Amino acid sequence: MEALAVVEGVVKVFGQSRAIDSIATRIPAGRVTGLVGADGAGKTTLMRLLAGLLVPEKGRIGVCGHDTVRSPEGVRAAIGYMPQRFGLYEDLTVAENLDLYADLRGLAVMARAETFARLLAFSGLEGFERRLAGRLSGGMKQKLGLACALIATPRLLLLDEPSVGVDPLSRRELWRMVHGLAEKGVGVLWSTAYLDEAERCHGVLLLDEGRLLYDGPPRALTGRMRGRSFAVRGVRDKRAVQAAARARADVADALVQGASVRLVMAEGAMPPGAAALTSEPGATVEPAPPRFEDAFVALMERRSGPAPALPAWRQGGSAGREPVVVAKDLTRIFGDFTAVDRIGFDVARGEIFGLLGPNGAGKSTTFRMLCGLLPPSAGTARVAGIDLAAAAPEARQRLGYMSQKFSLYPDLSVRQNLDFFAGAYGLRRGRRREAIARMVEVFGLSAFVGMDAGALPLGFKQRLALACAIMHGPDILFLDEPTSGVDPLVRREFWGHINAMAADGVSVLITTHFLDEAEYCDRVGIVYRGRLIAMGSPDAVKAMGRSPGSPDPSLEDAFVALVERSDQETAP
Amino acid sequence: MSRLPGTRRRRLVALVRKEVLQVVRDPSSIVIALVLPVVLLLLFGYGVSLDADEVSLAVVVEQPAPSTERLVDSFANSPFFRITELRSRQDAEAGMVAGRWKGVVIVADDFLSRAERYDDAPIQVLLDGTDSNTARLVRGYVEGVWAKWLEQEGIAHARSSAPAVSAEARVWFNPELLSRNFLVPGLIAINLTLTGTLLTALVVAREWERGTMEALIATPVSVLEILAGKLAPYFVLGMGGMALSVALAILLFHVPFRGSAWVLIGVSALFLSGALGMGLLISSVARSQFVAGQVAIISAFLPAFMLSGFVFEPSSAPTWIEILSHAVAARYFVSILQTLFLAGDVWSVILPNVGALVLIAVVFLGLTLTRTGKRLA
Repeated sequence: MEALAVVEGVVKVFGQSRAIDSIATRIPAGRVTGLVGADGAGKTTLMRLLAGLLVPEKGRIGVCGHDTVRSPEGVRAAIGYMPQRFGLYEDLTVAENLDLYADLRGLAVMARAETFARLLAFSGLEGFERRLAGRLSGGMKQKLGLACALIATPRLLLLDEPSVGVDPLSRRELWRMVHGLAEKGVGVLWSTAYLDEAERCHGVLLLDEGRLLYDGPPRALTGRMRGRSFAVRGVRDKRAVQAAARARADVADALVQGASVRLVMAEGAMPPGAAALTSEPGATVEPAPPRFEDAFVALMERRSGPAPALPAWRQGGSAGREPVVVAKDLTRIFGDFTAVDRIGFDVARGEIFGLLGPNGAGKSTTFRMLCGLLPPSAGTARVAGIDLAAAAPEARQRLGYMSQKFSLYPDLSVRQNLDFFAGAYGLRRGRRREAIARMVEVFGLSAFVGMDAGALPLGFKQRLALACAIMHGPDILFLDEPTSGVDPLVRREFWGHINAMAADGVSVLITTHFLDEAEYCDRVGIVYRGRLIAMGSPDAVKAMGRSPGSPDPSLEDAFVALVERSDQETAP
Repeated sequence: MSRLPGTRRRRLVALVRKEVLQVVRDPSSIVIALVLPVVLLLLFGYGVSLDADEVSLAVVVEQPAPSTERLVDSFANSPFFRITELRSRQDAEAGMVAGRWKGVVIVADDFLSRAERYDDAPIQVLLDGTDSNTARLVRGYVEGVWAKWLEQEGIAHARSSAPAVSAEARVWFNPELLSRNFLVPGLIAINLTLTGTLLTALVVAREWERGTMEALIATPVSVLEILAGKLAPYFVLGMGGMALSVALAILLFHVPFRGSAWVLIGVSALFLSGALGMGLLISSVARSQFVAGQVAIISAFLPAFMLSGFVFEPSSAPTWIEILSHAVAARYFVSILQTLFLAGDVWSVILPNVGALVLIAVVFLGLTLTRTGKRLA
């Protein structure tokens, strides 16, 4: 197989740390190669080295016969590169962006009309030529970014995390487009934090702290895990089983997946009996087919060790069985656009409820109304028994909110951040000191209290953001895409905390683009075009998405099927 | 290299067109280049004046007489003073402490005889020294009025024959002694410093911030093309702002312009190139708009304001600051502009300053070119 890029003994150093540590590999033509690894593993650095944007300290990189250091011009003429955030000019229209990159890449004027027509059709952007790139949805921006990178028909296409912040529908379309290119002989390097994407690549490069841990087809790596994956079925309290499994030394990973709990055993360990994990009768432990994610976590876990679970700390809270969050015919209209259209659901005490949906479907607007940040145009929202229309400040005191961007002050130390949020929630003197001390203890922040929040490792940044959101002991926690762009290990740790809080009686509402994460929820609702098109337990939603063509859909398959079905129903 | 020159030209045109479209869609650049200079010019042109107009002055006349009346009238007729006549020193001093007047002229009862004796101090002037600039001006004006009065009264002539030499002050270049004529040309230089540096610093930092620079340098474009693509549109915009400022200066503030237009255009183009180069250099180091904006204001605008001789004379500053001021391009530009406006094409002033500007522009553009490699780190 023809190798488009040859990487030989490459080392790249930033300051004290080796961002890329002695990597050697080949990237073949006509294949999609996945570049996976935790945050800070060196994925972007490797991309930039391949694009000739960085110069390695040691070793050499050849791309399509050109050395990246000696003839970067040759490299740049042969590649298409889409950086994170797609590299689009937001003040320019779709057509102007294409024109610009066509000029910069020297596309002949004669060939232009044909190329643009082909790329617009390919990316589904026909009819949007005159729209400003900044006004496109995330998925459309991503496709335009790809179209711009494809203008001069590159031989090697470098895509740096093209699917971050993009909904599952757009991700699938992009995936199909890229595989079509590979069939035509283009070599593609696709970096991602989504392991289900990596699993479908022809080959993967698995990076960890700058070192290449694995280079080969994903199936071979997954194959190593044969006989180590099991599913615990027939249990009601899945989170208790997960916690029990996590506590065992012979279990490498335990995850809630719909109605069952997935176990990955340590190398050579036998699966535990059901009785060792739960006292519920009828629980069984059965072998399950291994996934790429199992292999990834097993490889990584060796270095990080299992994440500590959050010990219980919250006392009491509001008792009773009545739902804690009630949304009834919630509607929000902006001008002549109905962002949220009669959405209704309720969330019980200690329940984890996931809101899923494509970008712009109305998830965030719903969240803002439930937090009392945005008055609804119609309908009611009650939180902890308080009507938000009547007493939003009182209700807000009972809820915690954590956004995607973590809302921390990067230039303040960990202690100063905690102190600030304690003050913002009105905690005084003794109660403030007590709350801060408890957060530091519970989230294991004591080694970092003096450090600037901006300098924290990502996992700890996320812990701190969560600590700031819950230090006043809220009954309800709102999490708006808290794990976007976060690697699987940090996500696991984060979910450990969320589960512990739910077990403590806190109700959790979460939005996410990771549909495997939606499996950890008790119930999910799918929001599409402002309406709630499906709601139920993850398994119930999967059943709703069942069709003759796909008898056993994954949650993502079901999501796509339900959205498409909704499109057909509303189509004129 | 097999690259055709046509491809190069097309890339450059594409970059310039992209920049122009961005300027049109995101008017913040137009605000910086065209609106900001006008606002600053209006603010300074109308708001800041170094002339003392209608200064409140108390005149104490202890023993009114026809001659003192004529002295008081001379003060009253001066356009510089608004006077209050008093009889007692105590009132005047109390009023001065209360800040009611900037100065007090005391005409003692024996003042006429003292004036005729050529005594040192026939009248006494007390000045409010808190604002030393105004105090100096008031003193000058009072002396002027006093000299005029002496002449009118014929006191000098009564004593002896006409003096051999009579000193008469004549002010060159700015006969109206309007500080505005001197301030406005300097202000134009400050404006061009700010717009030139800020424009490029911000737009390049914006490309880094939004990740478009990374996509741009992964294409076959060269550094020179990227820099030229940035310089050309903002050069035009900056010159537009310059033209607007000059038009305002001449038409609205009636500042005389005695030099030739082509010298003005040439020198402005030269200075603007240096300022744009400095902006590019800043943005090659500071890759966020916020930091780039701060650095541009601190490293370009403030030195231009303080050290260019626009208001404050650098030669009256401590030596090391004066030495520092030679690195400020605006210093040379202010000097050229003041010469062009008030004196004309005085080559002995213009040429050395032009030489300094060329040197500064070459240094900034050269540094930018070497610093902005087509790499990320």
